[in-house]
Amino acid sequence: MSPKIKIATTSLAGCFGCHMSFLDIDERITALAEVVEFDRSPLTDIEHCGPCDIGLIEGGVCNSENVHVLREFRKNCKVLVAVGACAINGGLPALRNFVSVEECLLEAYRDGIGVDNPQIPSDPELPLLLDKVHPIHEIVKVDYFMPGCPPSADVFWTFLSALIEGREPSLPYELVHYD
Amino acid sequence: MSGTLTIDGKTIPFAAGQSVIEAARCAGIYIPHLCHKPGYAPHGSCKLCTVFVNGRKTSACTYPAAADQNVVSDTPELQQDRLRLTQMLFVEGNHFCPSCEKSGNCQLQGVAYHLRMLDNHYPHFYPQREVDASHPDILLDHNRCIFCNLCVRASRDHDGKNVFAIAGRGINKRLIVNSASGQLKDSDISIDDQAAQVCPTGAILVKRTGYQVPIGERVYDRQPISELALGKEDNHER
Repeated sequence: MSPKIKIATTSLAGCFGCHMSFLDIDERITALAEVVEFDRSPLTDIEHCGPCDIGLIEGGVCNSENVHVLREFRKNCKVLVAVGACAINGGLPALRNFVSVEECLLEAYRDGIGVDNPQIPSDPELPLLLDKVHPIHEIVKVDYFMPGCPPSADVFWTFLSALIEGREPSLPYELVHYD
Repeated sequence: MSGTLTIDGKTIPFAAGQSVIEAARCAGIYIPHLCHKPGYAPHGSCKLCTVFVNGRKTSACTYPAAADQNVVSDTPELQQDRLRLTQMLFVEGNHFCPSCEKSGNCQLQGVAYHLRMLDNHYPHFYPQREVDASHPDILLDHNRCIFCNLCVRASRDHDGKNVFAIAGRGINKRLIVNSASGQLKDSDISIDDQAAQVCPTGAILVKRTGYQVPIGERVYDRQPISELALGKEDNHER
């Protein structure tokens, strides 16, 4: 039996919706589990991404920790896939690109309704926000893109089936959506 | 003058005064386009309809059809150019389809689907243009405008109102409203105008009409733009 294909997944500035849509492949996940093994992922307990065949990235890049994680994935994954609208173009979180980070933070932590002990969190444990939200292809090279907000389960299935079987992935018209 | 020309090796007829894209449409051949609309003066800004005519690249919407022309449209090279042009339009604006009322009914998105665009390729501009929500019935989101000039042509040539114009140069060019305040509420536009209906993207929207069509039944959910654009053009809008 050939060794299992290793897949790592992560959510950067994502909503976990792409991961949920991935799980929408339903019982097909048992067939997938026959041929793949999951490395670092919100679905496993593995803390750092090791050498992998495929890395699935959900979410754009909004803070310094996202940059570190994204680079770790790029370093370890042979094939890196931008999953969903956020990873591809920043997505709806990139609507904050029209407001300064300072204004955003002040609104949420000082001036917002019902804020207790108003101050912008400044513990060094917390990653700093970037001034803008970026798609992941502006930080690292991306090999494939799966559009959608989220991509449907069939998009995941079609894409992963092709990658696992060593074919070039392609989506039929019905599966290409940005919303 | 009328006669025949060939597109991608197929011989088709053309009528006097037709452009290459019009002759192609009448013959059931789709050439991708955004700024072209039958019945409207040609504009030639989106460049998606670029084809080879007798070996030279030109816009099919502005080029007059002529006898014995050899037109080449459906090649990997031209489709790749069209893909890159569409990606340029996407990064130049803020096309966040997941929250746009036009999603599913948007020609920019429809063309991108047709070209199997999976990503935006280029770094994003994230422009910060003010949204004009001043009008009681019509919303103007400048960040989705692709400068196709259809609203300008609709208002000037069809509604007889001259509500819109394009001002500025280069990347700073923008759609402006011809009213003293520059706001839509002080213009003559009304929701029945072609100018309020013609926008191929979500830049000009009629308020309180969004999200009324279920997903799966929107224009480009049902049929690809390549087929719709060849039908009765009315079906192609909204």
